[in-house]
Amino acid sequence: MLLAAERWAGEYQVRLLNNMAIFITLAVSYNLINGVCGQLHLGPNAFITLGAYTAALLTMTPAEKALNFIITPLIWPLSQISVSFPVALLAAGLVAAAFAYVTGFPVFRVRGDYLAIVTLGFGEVVRIAANNLQGLTNGPLGLKGLQPYTNLWWSWGVAVFTLAVVTALVKSGYGRAMQAIREDETAARAMGVNTFRHLLLAYVLSAFFFGVGGGLLAHLITTISPSLFTFFLTFNLLIIIVVGGLGSTSGAVLAAILFTGAGEWLRAVEEPHVLFGHAIPGVPGLRMVIFSLLMLLVILFFRQGLLGRREFSWDACARVVKRGLSR
Amino acid sequence: MTLLEASHLGIRFGGLLALEDFSLSVPEDGLYGLIGPNGAGKTTVFNIITGFLRPSEGRLAFNGQSILGMPPHRITSLGIARTFQNIRLFSGLSVLDNVLAGFHCRDRATWMEAVARLPRHRREERQNQAEGLALLHEVGLTEVAAEEAGKLPYGSQRRLEIARALATRPRLLLLDEPAAGLNPQETQDLMAFLKEIKERRHLTLLVIEHNLRLVMGICQHLTVLDYGLSIAAGPPAEVRENVAVIKAYLGGGPEA
Repeated sequence: MLLAAERWAGEYQVRLLNNMAIFITLAVSYNLINGVCGQLHLGPNAFITLGAYTAALLTMTPAEKALNFIITPLIWPLSQISVSFPVALLAAGLVAAAFAYVTGFPVFRVRGDYLAIVTLGFGEVVRIAANNLQGLTNGPLGLKGLQPYTNLWWSWGVAVFTLAVVTALVKSGYGRAMQAIREDETAARAMGVNTFRHLLLAYVLSAFFFGVGGGLLAHLITTISPSLFTFFLTFNLLIIIVVGGLGSTSGAVLAAILFTGAGEWLRAVEEPHVLFGHAIPGVPGLRMVIFSLLMLLVILFFRQGLLGRREFSWDACARVVKRGLSR
Repeated sequence: MTLLEASHLGIRFGGLLALEDFSLSVPEDGLYGLIGPNGAGKTTVFNIITGFLRPSEGRLAFNGQSILGMPPHRITSLGIARTFQNIRLFSGLSVLDNVLAGFHCRDRATWMEAVARLPRHRREERQNQAEGLALLHEVGLTEVAAEEAGKLPYGSQRRLEIARALATRPRLLLLDEPAAGLNPQETQDLMAFLKEIKERRHLTLLVIEHNLRLVMGICQHLTVLDYGLSIAAGPPAEVRENVAVIKAYLGGGPEA
């Protein structure tokens, strides 16, 4: 399928498919900490930023770096290093995971609203640091002219890998313990679940995939700046996992596809066209209005998200079809 | 042999003395009762034993090892399990998953083995599934294994909570008002059930209960708490005649 896409799809479609894959990666890992563990983590943009900058700084050649850093030169070892894309992606994930490990200790001292505020704070800290650490990030100027290494193989490969890892984890005793924490943390502790360790595991693992996703995003867009990874990105991911059904991995995948797709497919409504004999001029921004209406409908009619906490399975599909036929 | 030894435990919440100079010695294979009026400090004792509260003074040993200051999950893995006064199931999970969550603390496979689906993890999962179903059979919840736990009728939820506690393979099981909200018939069944699992699994039980018929009926030894102080201890027949106990339950000042 990927082969076919690579051969026949236009640049626009390829871009869309890449976007979808990256959002699947991000949404599935966000769902692990937010939906499965039930912790309102609001800082994925911090880890995506870290991943994007790490990967970008590692893949750029010394010459490209010199061209970018015109105000303050890049600090020494980084200015000379240049590694291959896969190594940079791995490093992006590891840096994000390391940051998660360090921040995990203060974060999981609190719960609920407080946890949301602490993670939100870390998100802002990273963005402001990226804005001000001129010698490391080039500040608000950002990094330009990255090589467009991200192709369908990388983006979908990472998405499938993330999906496999998260699904296997959620299905195991570890995932069950994480769900137990979501349902009743006190009871989970009484059942012998080391809540801190399990939450930290989910938090660090999701950060790893945020980092890799950030690296992929950077080499897809080829230009990154601190303003690219604001809370708005986190908010979009939150919408995706809520619409998909908090706690459902397949719901996260479905919603990520719909979300990235709908933004593009709805462009059609902004073009001028003729409806029932009336000429309607194109209204820029109308797709956002329709998009919001769709969101409202989902929230009104699918309280638990599209899939609730259910997971997609062929057996379930067969059951639904059978029920439909027998009616 | 003494399984649980608490000596001179005391805890204070601000100015309130919730428990003072509390001592309890539970021998292995015993069925102990902890009774007292509301607010006497019974649940506080449970919270201290299971590590949810840290006493300000006293010593606490399980199986000869001090468990003071240990986090709850460590204490559970040593072999103490509990149920809660107001049922705390994982309501959104299936009945079977509730029990399986109790098994997790015995799993040896690391999360990486789980992600890579290595043999050790697969073997443990298979074992847990089989044992979980066997446990549900034992408590009579096989039919509803796939149901959402929160949707079960009250009595079944009580039994599921006990089953979940048993899944951690305890040596000492703490039951916080297991008969609360049950009708007389259900209470009878519960008594029989508790005796049965105690025999079969060589459990030691420590039960908080308001239903005096239940505790008098099954416990070998009772400790009575009132306002954070233990006012009596001994076999049920003896405790029943104790003046201080009657006063605590029926009221009446020192002059009455």
